[in-house]
Amino acid sequence: MTTTTLIALAPETALALAAVAGLLVGGWLPRRRQWAVRALALAAVAAGLVATGFAAAGPAHTAASGSYAVDIGLHAARAAVLAGTGLVVLAGTDGLAGDRRESEAYVLLLLAAAGALVMAGANGLLLLVMGYLLASVPLYALVAFGKDARGTEAGLKYFLLGALFSVALLGGTTVLLAVGGATGYPALAVGLPGAHPAAAAAGAVAVLAALLFKAGAVPAHFWVPDAAEGAPAPVAAFITTVPKIGALVAACRLGAALPQEAMGNWSLLVAAVSAAAMVLGNLAAFAQDGVRRLLAYSAVGQVGFLLMAVAASARAQETALPGLLYYLAAYTLTNVGAFAAVCALPRAERLDQWRGLFGRRPWLALSLVVCLLGLVGTPPTAVFVGKLTVFTAAFDAGLVWLVVLAAATTAASLFYYLRWILPLFQTSREGGADSAASGPAGRWSSAVAIAAAALSLLLGVAAGPVLDWLGSGVPGISPSIL
Amino acid sequence: MLSAVVFLPLLAAGVLMALPGLARRAVQAVWVAAAAADLALVAVVWAGYLGAPAAVGGGAGFAGPIAYETDLAWIPSVGSGYHIGVDGLSLPLVAMTAVLFLACAVYSLRARQPRPRGYAALFLALQTASTGLFAALDLLLFFVFFDLSIALMYFVIAGWGHGDPAGSALRFFLYTFVGSLALLVGFIALYLAADPHTFDMVELARQTPLDGRAAAGGAVLLAVGAGLAVKTPLVPFHTWLPPAHTDAPAAGSAILAGVLLKMGAYGFARIALPILPEAWRAWAPAIAVLGTVSVLYGALVALAQNDFKRMVAYTSVNHMGYVVLGLGAAGTAAAGSASASAELAISGAAVQLVSHGLLTGALFLLAGVLHERGGVYDMGAYGGLAAPAPRFAALLTAAAFGSLGLPGLSGFIAEFQVFTGGLGLAPAATAPALLGILITAALLLRAMQRILLGGLRLPSGTGFADLRAEETAAVVPLLALSVVIGLVPRTLLDVLAPAADALAVLVLR
Repeated sequence: MTTTTLIALAPETALALAAVAGLLVGGWLPRRRQWAVRALALAAVAAGLVATGFAAAGPAHTAASGSYAVDIGLHAARAAVLAGTGLVVLAGTDGLAGDRRESEAYVLLLLAAAGALVMAGANGLLLLVMGYLLASVPLYALVAFGKDARGTEAGLKYFLLGALFSVALLGGTTVLLAVGGATGYPALAVGLPGAHPAAAAAGAVAVLAALLFKAGAVPAHFWVPDAAEGAPAPVAAFITTVPKIGALVAACRLGAALPQEAMGNWSLLVAAVSAAAMVLGNLAAFAQDGVRRLLAYSAVGQVGFLLMAVAASARAQETALPGLLYYLAAYTLTNVGAFAAVCALPRAERLDQWRGLFGRRPWLALSLVVCLLGLVGTPPTAVFVGKLTVFTAAFDAGLVWLVVLAAATTAASLFYYLRWILPLFQTSREGGADSAASGPAGRWSSAVAIAAAALSLLLGVAAGPVLDWLGSGVPGISPSIL
Repeated sequence: MLSAVVFLPLLAAGVLMALPGLARRAVQAVWVAAAAADLALVAVVWAGYLGAPAAVGGGAGFAGPIAYETDLAWIPSVGSGYHIGVDGLSLPLVAMTAVLFLACAVYSLRARQPRPRGYAALFLALQTASTGLFAALDLLLFFVFFDLSIALMYFVIAGWGHGDPAGSALRFFLYTFVGSLALLVGFIALYLAADPHTFDMVELARQTPLDGRAAAGGAVLLAVGAGLAVKTPLVPFHTWLPPAHTDAPAAGSAILAGVLLKMGAYGFARIALPILPEAWRAWAPAIAVLGTVSVLYGALVALAQNDFKRMVAYTSVNHMGYVVLGLGAAGTAAAGSASASAELAISGAAVQLVSHGLLTGALFLLAGVLHERGGVYDMGAYGGLAAPAPRFAALLTAAAFGSLGLPGLSGFIAEFQVFTGGLGLAPAATAPALLGILITAALLLRAMQRILLGGLRLPSGTGFADLRAEETAAVVPLLALSVVIGLVPRTLLDVLAPAADALAVLVLR
């Protein structure tokens, strides 16, 4: 590994080093002083963000002998992953501080974040497999972190599905290697056009299936609600947000490597998955009374909207890719913000327990409202601009039916978000015994919720320059970078 | 300058939110002061526009010259800008918005709302959204303000309503949000059809990108039209309106009917007519018929109401029907002609927007007075109120007469123009709507008779004091403006008529 490679991979390196150091240091620290590991994790995130800023100024190139693409897709994924990880670490402070295994939690989060980054940057299937494993294995442990029945069950479910789809990923990689003669995307783009179409399609679909599992999309979404409910709240925020970023950018790269004549089918397949995810996620969320399950199904629905951009990227890359990257960043802030509110009131598990929050904690309630309306796509929050660009890209790519379906499911999603928003403004019932909103709220997580809501508004208003930057690197994701 | 008009209320809302522990009187003072300052700014803008549009930062627009124009890049990569300005079509609505919000601020001076700070901040933010929508010259900006107005009104109804506010607010939000998404899909289609891609209304009206593509134009008009029809509301998309009105607080109802409903009808005039002229002309007869159906249906259902506020709500469906009828009838004129009838119909529709805003605002504020005194809206519970409350009776009568289209008030000017223009162009669609006037007159007169005349009858245990100073001060200016427009229509038409003429030329090109 050369020095240039190390510099190009500075954010990933920072995360990995901090994870190793945190593990070593954490083993020797007394329970009350584990905040040092937290500080270390935050420092790594900050250093990664700074390094991302410097790296983004340079031209797109590949590192590590062409197996890692350092382009606009990776830069944007880094910004979103690092920001999301930092916010999750901060939001988790209230629940984790002083925990027996506090350091381990941060170490596992850092490793999973690094895995998501490797998935986002992987310019070939082998590195994608490594990224997948790195982003999965720490999270299996984190989901079961609480060592309670629900957490263990969720962790087991997550692990079994993950193992199944990692086999699919490996199988798909093997098939593509066999028919395309390579695992690197640039070489595959050359090798696949002459390959047997059915075999190549089978391999690509198997790889896509694994990516859909990481993104929590239909049909590999079964773990999402259980994991979001069983895992500690900060971990739930993380697994519904950060792995998505890596998986969806990776799906874009995979799609760009496929031969031109397969594009129509690829686009249609992804569009069908997207439609299934938005319909199932948004409709299943209707019946949920638990806030975490509601957010989990909302996350499934959101993947549907995000996948629209992946489906459109085959035909309208100039608009689809910036749209996807922007939406990912917007979704990260908004979703983490909503989960941070859940972290702040861990006892308020059901919707009616949020009754009267506005009267007691107006700022926390307002930020939750901004995040939830943001997830709906109400302007001027960032997700609105994300949805707008993604809808436009899908329309441009000829997927008008998908846009209409997305608009309809967006309207449907408003219903269940409002089911949560409304109790916030209602006065508590007599006695207020059932209202967990009257209990103490976590200071750190409240602050994260407010900050994330403010940032999502800011990102929405400043959409112009951000989208310009994201569009400047296009076509960034394409196997032409050799 | 115009940006100041748009964002001054939001600034005041921010100040209110940032200052906790402000006394109720102080909150109300800030609210009234901000609304009054905004109205003063609008007056300056109006004077400047009348003087010389070109001298106040104007440019060529599509409904007459645009004044006080600001065009900044906002999201350049999707061709959307912060493009605002006023022309003859939007300036009267901006002014009406400022007047109505000030009236609501004054009306709320004595009200005993819980959480006055949030209430005032929401209304101020709503004022920014409404003013911004009327001033917007960019589809995306229009949509942002459109959605914001829905979300903010949801909180007004859900937070300060009575009856079943949560259910009504939810229904309002869902319906209009579905409409707004149809609108968004239509806007995206317009954006992609334009070359180069843009959301700028002026540019789109110049290009009319979907002319010559009947199927695509019709589909986009359907999407945009459905979105706007929900908000207007046109039958059969009106079912959200009565519960939302009945359960909203009085000032919220006044704003909902006076300002928010205008957004839908204004959208037809601002977006559908100039940007989709060919599709509009193709579907104009059907649209005119839809307007007439709304006129008749709204009037007939209003006739059957015992609930005073619900009745006023249904007359809104009736009145907004005239607007759509006028705009639809204008589209039936022969293409390429300079049709005086079309100009008249559009001008009437635009006057109706302003007139209905003033009159319905007054009616809903007076309905609020009724509810505040007696606790119910049921007209059967009241009688003979003219004796204990002469001021209330006089103002209610004036508002009702304006609403039924009595000459001398603004409603007459509007409906007269709509019918004169419409009868010449689309007699079959327009003539049945005349019946609507008759029914409205009957139902309003019957309501006056039940509430105001006869022996005194009140819900048990309540008294009925006459209007207090704040209530009078809120309602009288609205009616006075309606009288001014009714007696000296030139005050409004000098600004409005050239824009209507230009719009007629655009849709018939």
